[in-house]
This record gives sequence, C-alpha cells and structure tokens, in this order.
Amino acid sequence: MKKKTIGKEYLFTVVILLAALAVTMLLDSRLPGYHIVIKVIKKASVYSLVAVSMNLLNGFTGLFSLGQAGFMLLGAYSYAVLCIPVDKRAGVYQYFDGGVVKFSLPEVFAGFLGDKVGSAVGMILALLVGGVIAAFFAYLIGLPVLRLKSDYLAIATLGFAEIMRTIIQWNAIGPLTNASNLLRGYPDFGSATAYLLLIGVFIACIVLLVNSTYGRAFKAIRDDEVAAEAMGINLAHHKRLAFVISSFFAGIGGGMLAMYMGAVAAMSFKSSMTYEILLLVVIGGIGSITGSVMTSFLYIASLEWLLRGLDTGKFLGIEAPGLFKNGFRMAVISVIIMVVVLFFRKGIMGDRELPDLFRRRRKGGEKK
Amino acid sequence: MSQNILRLENITMQFGGVVAVDDLSLEVNEGEIVALIGPNGAGKTTAFNTITGVYEPTNGQVSFMGEPIVRNHPQGKMKQSYKGKEAEKFLSAPVLDPTPDKITKLGMARTFQNIRLWKSQSVFDNVLIAKHMLRTSNVFSATFRLNRAEEARQREEVMELLRIVGLEDVKDELATSLPYGKQRRLEIARALATEPKLLMLDEPAAGMNPQETDELTEFIGRIRDEFHMTILLIEHHMDLVMDISDRIYVIDFGELIATGTPDEIQNNQRVIDAYLGVEEDA
Repeated sequence: MKKKTIGKEYLFTVVILLAALAVTMLLDSRLPGYHIVIKVIKKASVYSLVAVSMNLLNGFTGLFSLGQAGFMLLGAYSYAVLCIPVDKRAGVYQYFDGGVVKFSLPEVFAGFLGDKVGSAVGMILALLVGGVIAAFFAYLIGLPVLRLKSDYLAIATLGFAEIMRTIIQWNAIGPLTNASNLLRGYPDFGSATAYLLLIGVFIACIVLLVNSTYGRAFKAIRDDEVAAEAMGINLAHHKRLAFVISSFFAGIGGGMLAMYMGAVAAMSFKSSMTYEILLLVVIGGIGSITGSVMTSFLYIASLEWLLRGLDTGKFLGIEAPGLFKNGFRMAVISVIIMVVVLFFRKGIMGDRELPDLFRRRRKGGEKK
Repeated sequence: MSQNILRLENITMQFGGVVAVDDLSLEVNEGEIVALIGPNGAGKTTAFNTITGVYEPTNGQVSFMGEPIVRNHPQGKMKQSYKGKEAEKFLSAPVLDPTPDKITKLGMARTFQNIRLWKSQSVFDNVLIAKHMLRTSNVFSATFRLNRAEEARQREEVMELLRIVGLEDVKDELATSLPYGKQRRLEIARALATEPKLLMLDEPAAGMNPQETDELTEFIGRIRDEFHMTILLIEHHMDLVMDISDRIYVIDFGELIATGTPDEIQNNQRVIDAYLGVEEDA
C-alpha cells in the first residue's frame, strides 16, 4: 500500500481559508457591527451558500432549476417564525392576535443551556428546520417536475417559487406567516465570523458530497444521462436526491439571509433573486464551488461597497453629481459582468477548484 | 448442459405501423459468445434496446437467468394496430417494464454503438462511477466518509480492471482524449465494473480499421476467458463475428432468418441473399 500524503495544494488551500477566517475575526474585533465591510462579509457568505447550493443542482447534476428563491423564502420564514421572541410577537403579529406560534426556539434553549449557548443552539436549529421544510417541499415538487428536462424544468420550478411567494402572503395563513406584513425582531448572530464559520461548515458538507460516490453519480447524470442509467444509476432517485439536498441548503441560506436583513417580507424573494444567484453561478463557473464563493464575495463587495460612490456622486476622487446618480452603479456592474463573460467563457474558474490552482500544469493536460 | 443466461421469446417491437422487430426468439447460454447480425436497419439495435429496458417491447418476454424480467402484450391502441404474431401468448401474465438501471443491476451491462463515455471525467472515474450501483453506503455515510473501506476496495478493483484491459497508464487522462480504440476498451471496462453476468456489446468495432478490429477481436476473446463472461454482440464486421462467435443469429427486416454456427451461417443461402440482395422476379 502506498502511504497517503497530503498534497501541497491542499495545504495552501487550508492556509488561504484560515487566513480569510483570521482577517474576518480581526475585522470583527476592530470594526463596529454596522460597518459596511462586516455587512459585505455577512451578505456575501450567505450568497455563497445559496450559489453553491444552486451549483450543486445546475452545475453538478445538470438540472436547470430556477426555484431557488422559493426555497430560500421557506427557509427565511421558518427561521423568522421560530425565532421571534415571545414578548415581541404581539407587536409583530398585530393583525393576527400575536400569531399561532407561542414559543421561540432560542428562548426555549436559553432556558436550560444558558443565554449565549442556548440561543445560538436555538437559532442554528431554526435554520436547520427551515432547511428541512424547504427540502420537504422540494421532495413533493420534485415528484412531478423532475420528469421534465432543461427549459421546461426551469419554468416549472420558477412557477413554484412564484406560487410560494403568493401563498405566504395569503391572509388565511396570516397567524403563521403574518401575511404580507413584515416579520421582524428575531435575533441575529452579531459577528461576521459566526456567519463565515457556519456557512463554511455547510459548504464543506456540499464539497464532501460532490466528491463522494453520490457526487460522481450526479456528474455522470450531467455528462450523459443515458449512459448513467445504463450503468445502473437510478435517474429518478438521484435527481430527486440532488434537488432535495440543494433545496435544503437553499432553505438554510434563506434563513441566514433573513437573519442578515433583520426583517423579512415575502415580497423581496422575487424571481430576480434567483437570477442574481444564477448569475453568480455562471460567472463563477458552472461546476466550480470555489468559483461560486469567489464571485459571491466579489459581486456583493462591488455592489454594496466598492461601487457605492457611483450612486452618491463621488467615485475614485471623481466628482460628477450629474452622472453618478442613483442606479448608475447597476449600469456599471452590468457592463463589468458582460466584459467578464466575454473574457471568461466558462466562468472565472471554469470547473476548477481552489486546490487545482496550486497544481502545476503538466503537459497534455495531465493532472497530478 | 450449461446454464441459460438470456432468453427472448416472441419479442416484437412495433413503432406506429412499422414492425422493427418481429417475433424474435433467441437464447444465450453461459460462457457463449453469441452474435446478432443483419443488414442495416434490420432491427438489431432495437432488439438490443428492448432487452436493456430502453424500449418497452410491444409483445414478448425476456428472461434472464430463468427469471422473466421484461414482459408485455399489445395494449390500448396497439391492440387494433398490432401486426405481429402471438398477440395472445402473454395476455394473462403481468406486464414487466423495468428501467435500464434495474436491468443493469440484475447483471446485464452494455456498451453503446456511438460511444457514450462521461466526457468531463477521467478514465479512472469513468470506471469508478460504474461501481456506484454496487455501493452499500447511503448519501450520509458517503458524504461524511463513513464508507472509507468500501471506497478503498472499489478503487482497488478499478485499478485491477484497468490493468487487465491495459488502460492503467492513461488512468488520469480525460476519457474523451483517448484514441478511438481505447475509448471502446474503456467502455467495455466500464461495463465490466458493474460485475455483470452478461456483457452486451452494441457494434464494438463500428468505425474501426482492420488492425483495430483485430485487436478488439483478441480483446473480446480475452475478456471471455479471464472473466468467464457470456457475451451477446451486435456487429457489422464479418471477420470479427466469424472469428469469435460460438453461435450467430441473423435478422432481416426484423425477422429471424437464420441461426447456427459461423460455418453454417456463411453457407446459408438466405443470409447471402439478405446481405447481397436478390434480383426481383426474373
């Protein structure tokens, strides 16, 4: 037996990830919670998870689904409903007699695990419940729609997301979802480090899945469905599995997005949110987890922070209040995206991952 | 008497008004290499597809190792328009229509006429993915690496298989970067990785030059000997078929026109007519 050694490229990868974590911890300790950099890290990590979950489906299994916003919505509402503190419920559900849910998971756990640990456990549990609910709906939706292929699947899942958005705002279920009113007052992880760590754990799970025997089967389905089926891979079972797992993580991502936004309304989970995430997946590289994560951070950082000046009249020292008006940064970022797509036909990373960048290229495309 | 592996009874495949396979019955016994030949459009691949679950036959039954696995009788509109024979024979028996993956799991693995390898995967992974169906792990144990022993064993088996078929040195290359002949070998290796009892080859020598065909002939013979494999193949190259087949079935316009050993087939007047054509009237 050969002795297994950890390659240099994995060592570098670990170093980079640890460095990112250290920088975040440093920023957390130096900057106030409302600082734009902290906000960017939080939002970008949430978007990373959602983009990676979409990549699992669209990039690794080859199922073109556009239901992501719908599953995020389910996760977001589950989190909010389960976490609003009991004494705030009367205020939040003012039109529905304080709502039907009369407990708050973080408070329940704070009761016997102590305030800090207990509420964290409760919050994470609420996120997971959101994921499970999203996964359950994915299972139900998957039974009929996964028979469809490519564009038809995309339209069916898009329709599902829109239907969910409307149902959530339905007055009849108002005592649970507060209908079209905001849900607010639920707790948030204060630090960006917590976001980064939690998202890191979830993305690590997806990475492990993609590199397992199931992940290989997903890629086989993507590459050639007929051959995959002829080699004993049950298509219906594996497609459903990918759909359910992807939705599970999208649900968690939705819960964390709700956490980040501080207040959640079904209105904000429009199909344009799905397109935004699809954009991250495509620009990052379809089938590259590193690409999705990197692009999420680049995109959110430029949109929320670096290009802000374009909207407020001053950018890179240039003052042009006439041109740099509200909305101008959206025009600029669209141009940037078009240029990126022109130069990187397969996305920034293609189908490569972080460790691949440190591998020395050999002749004939042979990998180590 | 050796064991019967595959038996087709009265298999008929009708598309609309066209009968592509008409009342085909054949048998493959353990350890045999059986060839199914016929001119272009005779219905060979269609027959193949009804065995492997790609098509549901209009009528007839396929048995594997003595067990019926595919069975059908004309239903619905087809009841009126059915042009084949033996429409009553399977009427009372339940319909069996498994998907291709279920049939592969029973122990029948196939290759494709137009090579269908997984393009973005390495040679090694192409074979390893075929091992997926033999897993005992579920998605959790696989994700969290609780199936290490199984994974390691499967990797060993894949290496061994690649050694036997002579693709060990190119195991990390992209499957599609291999030369044509090696891609064929890889496809056969991939089918073998599912540990089948019957190997089904759909025109393995399609598009090969005479030298590559010779190598393939030798290779298929070696597979039979080393794996004690039973093989059913469809082929156009007569040298290959005559060299390695134990028995041959010839079909033309969906119908079985001859069966026998290579010598018998070579001297069969109907087969010669089918391939060369007969003058009408005269």
